[in-house]
Amino acid sequence: MKHLLLVIALLTAAPVLAVQPDEVLPDPVMESRARDISQGLRCLVCRNENIDESNAELARDLRLLVRERLVAGDSDEEVVDYVVDRYGEYVLLKPTLTGANKLLWVAGPAMLILALGIGIGFIRRRGKEPEVAELTDEEKRRLESLLQE
Amino acid sequence: MLVELGHFALVLAFAVALAQTVLPLWGAQTRNPALMAVGEPAAMIQFVLVTFSFGVLTYAFVTSDFSLKVVMENSHTLKPMLYKVSGVWGNHEGSMLLWVLILALFGATAALFGGNIPATLRARVIGIQGSIGVAFLAFILFTSNPFVRLAIPPMNGQDLNPLLQDPGLAFHPPFLYLGYVGLSMTFSFAVAALLEGRVDAAWGRWVRPWTLAAWVFLTIGIGLGSWWAYYELGWGGFWFWDPVENASLMPWLFAAALLHSAIVVEKRETLKSWTILLAIMAFGFSLIGTFLVRSGVITSVHAFANDPERGVFILLILAVFMGGALALFTLRAGVMQAKGVFALVSRESALVMNNILLAVSSLVVFIGTIWPLVAEALWARKLSVGAPFFDAAFTPFFVALAILLPIGAILPWKRAKLGASVKKLLPSLILAFAVLGLIWSIQTQKTLLGPIGLALGTWLVAGAVQDILLRTGKSVNLSRLSRLPRADWGRLLAHGGLGITMAGISGLTAWTVEDIRVVQIGESFDVAGYTIALEAVERQQGPNYITTMATMEVFKDAKHIATLHPEKRSYPVAQMPTTEAGIDNGFLRDIYLVIGDIQSNGGWAVRTYIKPLANWIWGGTIIMALGGFLSLTDRRYRVAAGARKAQTPRKVTAKGVPAE
Repeated sequence: MKHLLLVIALLTAAPVLAVQPDEVLPDPVMESRARDISQGLRCLVCRNENIDESNAELARDLRLLVRERLVAGDSDEEVVDYVVDRYGEYVLLKPTLTGANKLLWVAGPAMLILALGIGIGFIRRRGKEPEVAELTDEEKRRLESLLQE
Repeated sequence: MLVELGHFALVLAFAVALAQTVLPLWGAQTRNPALMAVGEPAAMIQFVLVTFSFGVLTYAFVTSDFSLKVVMENSHTLKPMLYKVSGVWGNHEGSMLLWVLILALFGATAALFGGNIPATLRARVIGIQGSIGVAFLAFILFTSNPFVRLAIPPMNGQDLNPLLQDPGLAFHPPFLYLGYVGLSMTFSFAVAALLEGRVDAAWGRWVRPWTLAAWVFLTIGIGLGSWWAYYELGWGGFWFWDPVENASLMPWLFAAALLHSAIVVEKRETLKSWTILLAIMAFGFSLIGTFLVRSGVITSVHAFANDPERGVFILLILAVFMGGALALFTLRAGVMQAKGVFALVSRESALVMNNILLAVSSLVVFIGTIWPLVAEALWARKLSVGAPFFDAAFTPFFVALAILLPIGAILPWKRAKLGASVKKLLPSLILAFAVLGLIWSIQTQKTLLGPIGLALGTWLVAGAVQDILLRTGKSVNLSRLSRLPRADWGRLLAHGGLGITMAGISGLTAWTVEDIRVVQIGESFDVAGYTIALEAVERQQGPNYITTMATMEVFKDAKHIATLHPEKRSYPVAQMPTTEAGIDNGFLRDIYLVIGDIQSNGGWAVRTYIKPLANWIWGGTIIMALGGFLSLTDRRYRVAAGARKAQTPRKVTAKGVPAE
C-alpha cells in the first residue's frame, strides 16, 4: 500500500489538476460516493481546500485512498473513519458533533433565539409606550432655526 | 531620493493625523471653534501627504525600482503594466498603504462635504477618523514599512504571485478596502454621536450615505473576488468559506443591517442605541477581518502569511478602538431615548427582524471562522471548519430573510395588518409557487435546492416589483413611477438583485454537470446535450509566462456555438502554474472548459462543466450594487449634503417624509 502511494506520487510529480481521468472509478455510483466523501475531507498541505478540488499530490493520494477503500467494500462512514484514524480530526471539513463542538453547532440557533427574545421584548415595550408629547415651544424655535440654516 | 520623500511624507502624515485627532476633539470638548476648525485642513493635508506617498510607491513599481524590498519581492520588469500598478497593493505593505490612503480619503471627504453637520459633531467625526489614521500609520511605519531599501538591489524582481495577475483581482482589493474603510466613517459618526450624547433623525440621515457607499463598495469587491475565483481557480467554484472571504462577508452583513436600521433612526427616531452599536460592530468586524488576514493566525488560500508582531499590533488597535467605543457605548447608551411607538406588526418590527437575521448570521460566520483557534487553545483539538459547516449553519438565515423580505418591505410604519399585506403580495406568491412546481417537474436530477432557490429568487424579484408598483398608490398608477424618489428605485434593484443572486447560487449548486475524460486531438465528446471537440493544443509564449493553449469547438444540435481556448500557464519566475478556463458565457448556462495534462497515450485530460445560471450570481451582485448607488444619489442626501440648501423645502422634515 505505502509503495503504491509512493509510486503514484513519483509518477505525478508534475502539477496536476484536481480529479484526473485515471482516478475516476468505472462504477458511476461508487464514483459519486467518492466525490461526496472527497468534498468533506481537507487537503492537509493546502489552505482550506478539500481534496476533491486540490491540485496537491497529497490530495491525489487521499483521493486514490478513498476510492481504494470504496472498491474494497467499505461504507462511506468506514472510509471517513479510516482517513480520520490516520490523519486526525483535522481532515474533516464538517466538524463532528462531539464534545465542545456541540457549542459550535448550537451557537447559531441559540443566538437566534436569544436575539428574537430581546427583539420581541423591545418591540413590546415600544408598543406600550405612550406617544411622545408635542414639541415644546423652545424645541419648535430650535427646529425652525435649524431648518433655516 | 523620491522614495525617501515618499517615506518622509508618510511620517509627516502621521504627525498631521495626531494633530487632526487631538485638536478638534479637545476643541469640541471645550467649545473652542479655533481648535475645532483645525480638523478640516488637517484631514485634507493628511490625504495629500498619503496620496503623495502612495504615488511614490506606485512610481517605484512602474519604474521597477528593485532597490525597494517590496518591489523586488512583488514585481518583475517583464510584467504587464496593469500588474505593475496592481502589484502596489498585491502585497502586505502596499495594501496597508492603500488602506490608509482610503482612510485619509474618507476623512477628507467628510471635511469637504460635512458643511451642514453641526460644528462639534463634525469636529469629533474628523477627530475620530484622524485617530484611526494615527493607529494605522503607526502600524505601517513601525511594522510594515513599504519604503525599506535593499543594500544591494538585484537585477530583477521575484514577480507577483501569478494568481494575482488577473484583471478581476487587480481591482478587487481597492473596492474591498473602500468598503472596509468606508465603515470607519460610520464608526467615527457613531463614536462622535456618543461623545455628543445625541442621536436624532438628522444623524441617521448623515450616517446613511457613508454606510451605503461602504456597502456598495464591499458588494462590488466581494463580487469581483468571487468572479475571479470562478474563472481562475479552474473548477468554477465561486465561494469557499475561506477565512479571508468570511472576513469580507462579516462586515458586509453588518453594513447591510446598519443600512436598514439607519432608516429607522432617520424616519422614526427609534432603534438608536442599536444602530450605534451596529455601526461600531461593522467597523469592528472590518478590523477583525484585517487581523485574520494579516496576522497569519488562520491560514487560508490568499492570506498574506505574516509575522506575529503585526498580528499583535492589529489586535492592539482592535482592542483600543473596540474597547473604547464599547465602553463609551455602555456609559452613554442610556442617554439615547427611543421615540417612535410601533406595534408588533409594523415596518419597524420587520426591520428589527432583518437586523436580527443579518447580525446573527454574521456572528455564525465569525464563530465558525475562529472555532479552529478556540478549539486548539482551549481543548487542544486540531480541527477544521469548512464549507459543509457554513452551508448548513448560514443558509437557513438567508432563506428566512428571503421569505420575510418582500412582506416586511411593504408593511406600513407604526402599525400594520399582516394579512392585508400578504394579500397584496398574492401575485408574487402565486408566481413563486408556480416556479417551484415548474422547476421541480422539469429538472432531471430531483434536488430540492434548485426549485426552492429559484422560487425564493422569484418571490424576491416579483415582490420588489410589486413593492414599487404599490408605491404609486392604491390603484397602481404607472405615470407616478417616474416621480418616485431614487431611493425607491434603489430598493427595487437591491432587493431584486439579491433574488437574482440567490437563484443563481442555488441553480449553479444544484445542477452543475461535470465531465472528466481523456481526449485525443481531433476527437469529440458529448456532455449534457453539447458536443465538444478538441481541435488543437499549442504551446505559446506570453509576456511573462509560457502557455499550453487548447482550441476547442462547442456544438449544440450540430450548430456551432463557440470556439474556446482554455489555457494552462506556467510562470517561470514565480515557478507557479495557473489555469485559465475557456468559458462561453450564456444567460442560462456557462460552458466551462479546462485543459489538463497530457496523458501517456497522447491524449489530454479535459474537464467540462455546464454551469447553469452562473452569471446570475454576479449579475445580481451588480444590480444590488447599482441599487445602493442609486439610493446614494437620492435627493434627500444631495440636499442634506448642502448642494441645494437654498431650495430645501422647509416643511418636509417637519411633516415627515412619506414612508420610505
